[in-house]
Amino acid sequence: MQPSKFEYRKASTLDEAVSLGGGEADYLAGGHSLIPAMKLRLSEPSTLVDISGIGDLKGISRDGDTIKIGALTTHSEVASSGVVNDGCAALADAAGMIGDPQVRNRGTIGGNVAHADPASDYPGILVALGATIVTTGRSTAAEDFFTGLFETALGEGEIVTEVQVPATGDGTGAAYSKFFNPASRYAVVGVGAVVTKSGGTCESCRIGVTGASDHAYRATAAEEALSGSDLGDEAIAAAAAKVADGGEMMSDLSASAQYRAHLCSVMASRAISEAASRA
Amino acid sequence: MSLWEKITNFLSSGYTEQAAAVPDAPEAEPETSNDSLSRKENGMSYTISMTVNGTACSGDVEARTLLVDFVRDHLELTGTNVGCDTSQCGSCTIIMDGKSVKSCTTLAVQADGSDVTTIEGLATNGDLHPLQQAFWDEHGLQCGFCTPGMIMAGVGILNENPDPSEETIRHNLEGNICRCTGYQNIVKAIQSAAQSTKGAA
Repeated sequence: MQPSKFEYRKASTLDEAVSLGGGEADYLAGGHSLIPAMKLRLSEPSTLVDISGIGDLKGISRDGDTIKIGALTTHSEVASSGVVNDGCAALADAAGMIGDPQVRNRGTIGGNVAHADPASDYPGILVALGATIVTTGRSTAAEDFFTGLFETALGEGEIVTEVQVPATGDGTGAAYSKFFNPASRYAVVGVGAVVTKSGGTCESCRIGVTGASDHAYRATAAEEALSGSDLGDEAIAAAAAKVADGGEMMSDLSASAQYRAHLCSVMASRAISEAASRA
Repeated sequence: MSLWEKITNFLSSGYTEQAAAVPDAPEAEPETSNDSLSRKENGMSYTISMTVNGTACSGDVEARTLLVDFVRDHLELTGTNVGCDTSQCGSCTIIMDGKSVKSCTTLAVQADGSDVTTIEGLATNGDLHPLQQAFWDEHGLQCGFCTPGMIMAGVGILNENPDPSEETIRHNLEGNICRCTGYQNIVKAIQSAAQSTKGAA
């Protein structure tokens, strides 16, 4: 099973990649979302512009309280990064839950967010963390970046260059919990939670959900319910029950909409509890 | 979400127009070659070179040629299998630049310039690789179809961690499916290989 015919170009600089893109062309990083879609003819670009050789898009660094992850950084590199594990362990955890080792060795964070698979892990945790998606043209908050089924705010010829994640500060904890599809390891539902504590109460929180709806979303009703609470079991359960409110649940072979709504609540309870214990 | 589920999602989410348009889409004729490419280009064929099992190899492929097809059909190294062809079963696993990858989800052109090891490259001078020997000793196979991919995944696991726990081995085999469900002895074989390699070092 191979994709339909296309032309292949390898860009060595970002400027070259931008000039080769647009129209029916698509960008290729690790290819672990795009190539399967092309094999099924769900995607048929006339040209693939391979950006995997662009050195500027690689590497992880920390600048003050911001962790900067180059778009070509693989999931396994994020999962094992000392910088990410020290500054934002929840992101490393989520990266380690993507697919399987072989997929994590090839798939990249930039390709992942640009493809915007509704069952992908990164969007849920990135929305929760308040990450910023940096492209060749601008910076966009993760919660505004994911706009629909395989749809993002990316314009034609625009390339994701970096993902910026705020390091988790004192008094703040973050966690990601997912229900795995047993075969594909995609998230049937995945929930990221960030909790900031002050004394014994929840000063503020952010909750991001993936897998449940056609794109990742912020569960604002649940965030409001949890903020100011004592983070006890009842408060967490009450907030978690509102996590499905923010999105229209998908229904497919893996899970009905009703089951997904239930999983939202269960995964949110786990993520919030873990985040609170890390705060 | 499996790719099949992805399709059903597409079809049930107002994407029928896009999906239905696929068969009618005319094949665009290739443009002339691009000077910015580092490799020689001849129409829609691309000359690639890589090191496979220690030997320099090159070949002319289409852009859409999968790495597994290059290895099997061009290099005639048929030990690497194609199972699900959807990056789930892992029977096509090879080692590329030290990392285990699924060669059914990698284009041959992406492997240009890389160092590839397939199941055929593990044995040296007729001596089985410790993982091959361990799969033999521990009977880590039943029908044998998944075995090359399991062994290459095992190489990847031991490259990352020479002394993995049973839990780590099981967790890191999540990308490989044995249709005979013979996981118990596969895990034992990888544990055994780790022990024998440790003893040798």
